[in-house]
Amino acid sequence: MIEIKDLTKFYGTGESRFQVLKEVNAKIEDGDYVVILGPSGSGKSTFLNAISGLELPDSGEVLYDGKDITKLEDAALTAFRKENVGFIFQQYYLLPNLSVEKNVKMGADLVKNKDYMSMIEAVGLAEKRHKYPSELSGGEQQRVSVARALAKKPKVLFLDEPTGALDEETGRQVLDYISQLQKELGFTIVMVTHNLNIADMAKTVIHMNSGTIQSVDHNEVQKSAYEIGW
Amino acid sequence: MVIGFKDAAKLVGIMIIAFCAVMVCNMFLNFYIDLVQLEELIQPGPMQMLYEAQKINAQVTCGVTGGCLGVTSVVMLIFYVKHYIDTHRKNLGILKAMGYSNGRIAAHFWVFGLSVLIGAALGYVGGLMMLPSLYDMFGKEGMLPAREITIHLGLSFYLMILPAVLFGALAMGYAWFRLRQPVHCLLRDMPGKQKVKKHRKDSENTGLFLTELKHSTLKSKKALVFFIIFASFCFSAMTQMAFSMKELSSEVMAATILLIGLVLAYTTLLMSITTVITGNRKTIAIMRTFGYSRKECANALLGGYRGFSWIGFILGTFYQYGLLRVMVDVVYAGVENADGMMAVYEFDHLAFWISAAIFAVSYEILMYVYSEKIKKLSVKEIMLE
Repeated sequence: MIEIKDLTKFYGTGESRFQVLKEVNAKIEDGDYVVILGPSGSGKSTFLNAISGLELPDSGEVLYDGKDITKLEDAALTAFRKENVGFIFQQYYLLPNLSVEKNVKMGADLVKNKDYMSMIEAVGLAEKRHKYPSELSGGEQQRVSVARALAKKPKVLFLDEPTGALDEETGRQVLDYISQLQKELGFTIVMVTHNLNIADMAKTVIHMNSGTIQSVDHNEVQKSAYEIGW
Repeated sequence: MVIGFKDAAKLVGIMIIAFCAVMVCNMFLNFYIDLVQLEELIQPGPMQMLYEAQKINAQVTCGVTGGCLGVTSVVMLIFYVKHYIDTHRKNLGILKAMGYSNGRIAAHFWVFGLSVLIGAALGYVGGLMMLPSLYDMFGKEGMLPAREITIHLGLSFYLMILPAVLFGALAMGYAWFRLRQPVHCLLRDMPGKQKVKKHRKDSENTGLFLTELKHSTLKSKKALVFFIIFASFCFSAMTQMAFSMKELSSEVMAATILLIGLVLAYTTLLMSITTVITGNRKTIAIMRTFGYSRKECANALLGGYRGFSWIGFILGTFYQYGLLRVMVDVVYAGVENADGMMAVYEFDHLAFWISAAIFAVSYEILMYVYSEKIKKLSVKEIMLE
């Protein structure tokens, strides 16, 4: 379980200093599918970065099974990310000089996962495993980043606007892959998006605005990627 | 303007190489021109032998220094132009999409020639300042007629203006060549078809990710391998030569050689490592995000160059040994020095081991400093770029 206590974050200095996160509190259960919604500037990406260990908050705690990651030194935080979390970003961030297979191995090698090909197959890219990112469509590149993130067998998968750069059909396809793999592997999903419809796929929906959590909703029924609106 | 003067100022490596090349060439060419004017006064016998030896010495020094450093400057210039285009693909793509021709964009690369002009101008002045030491060194035998130092201003055209114009033209020509690709490739930051084909075979090898990354980093910028070899070559050759030459020439000349060697070596090495790190900022960021340690990142990106640095060091050792051997056994064979003794040269084992130890320590310190820099890279900042 992830427990977030009084998380506070400021950006800027002097007169331009402003508070992005205002003593945010939340709890995320293991295996949950959490979608964080909110307008631009609501603090949702900063919240995601802080709870995933990418960015240190100014105050507050982020507890993973009771262990506060905000107190960890750089090396320990790196080890924490290695063992616990996976990331999928809007811009994919694939390594351009390496093939699909080698990009996925980047995640797999961290946990000595020899079965990384099954992940490439799961996202439907077995045929294109020798292709380079520049030879793939946006949707295919995002599927590579899904395979790369999941090849390291994370306990929690963080996604920052994963469909932001994709068209509707490709976006649904990518979300469907992620949902199916979550059902199979049981990891926790924490996804930031501005697409309200994606919230219908989640178990838990966190609404953020002006650096605070406005409400937390729980869906009784989770829709599939092909059932939601776009 | 596509490229500003600030971009030209970043070519410190070329500036320094131009400085060193022009300084040495200016000194020895000036000396050579003054020397050949004494030809009619030269008597057969030991005087003639010394005269011929000094002539060859000046020619070889100019040829080797000018040639080696000239080639390195050309490679470095081409590397910089390519690097600039690679890192500004989107901006250049926008310009092309707006209707700017390849020639019009490439014309702005003339400013790269400025770095050569600045380095050469400083080197020219530096060479003039070093002339008295050089003339003293070559005149210490007292066998040749006294030579007045004459400053041959005509050399400034060949050593400053001409190289700057040629390098500016080369930068424009190469930029034009590199810009000949479809606009969408530039805008989407896609490699050309040839590049993908070339790498296809590599993609089928399956090794550990870190090993593959090490190989792909080396392959993606082959010029850097050349620069690493060049840097260690300069370090090895110049430091060992400076120690060995103390007894063959003067302490001032030995110190000059040592300084040139160290400046060339460290500038090129720093430029190469900085290029690797800045060119792989996103790779480092994503690796750090996933949980790779800074040591693993540094080793994957920089570790591949270590072997090449030692190849350069060994080549430098052979080069300095061979050059001094030829100078003493061939060029100055039979020529007596001021004390009436023949010059003797043996491989300096102590200089070799000291030089190797200093090189190993300073190389590893640099690697450590850069791996610490990796730690300071903000993952979020890079992601937001």
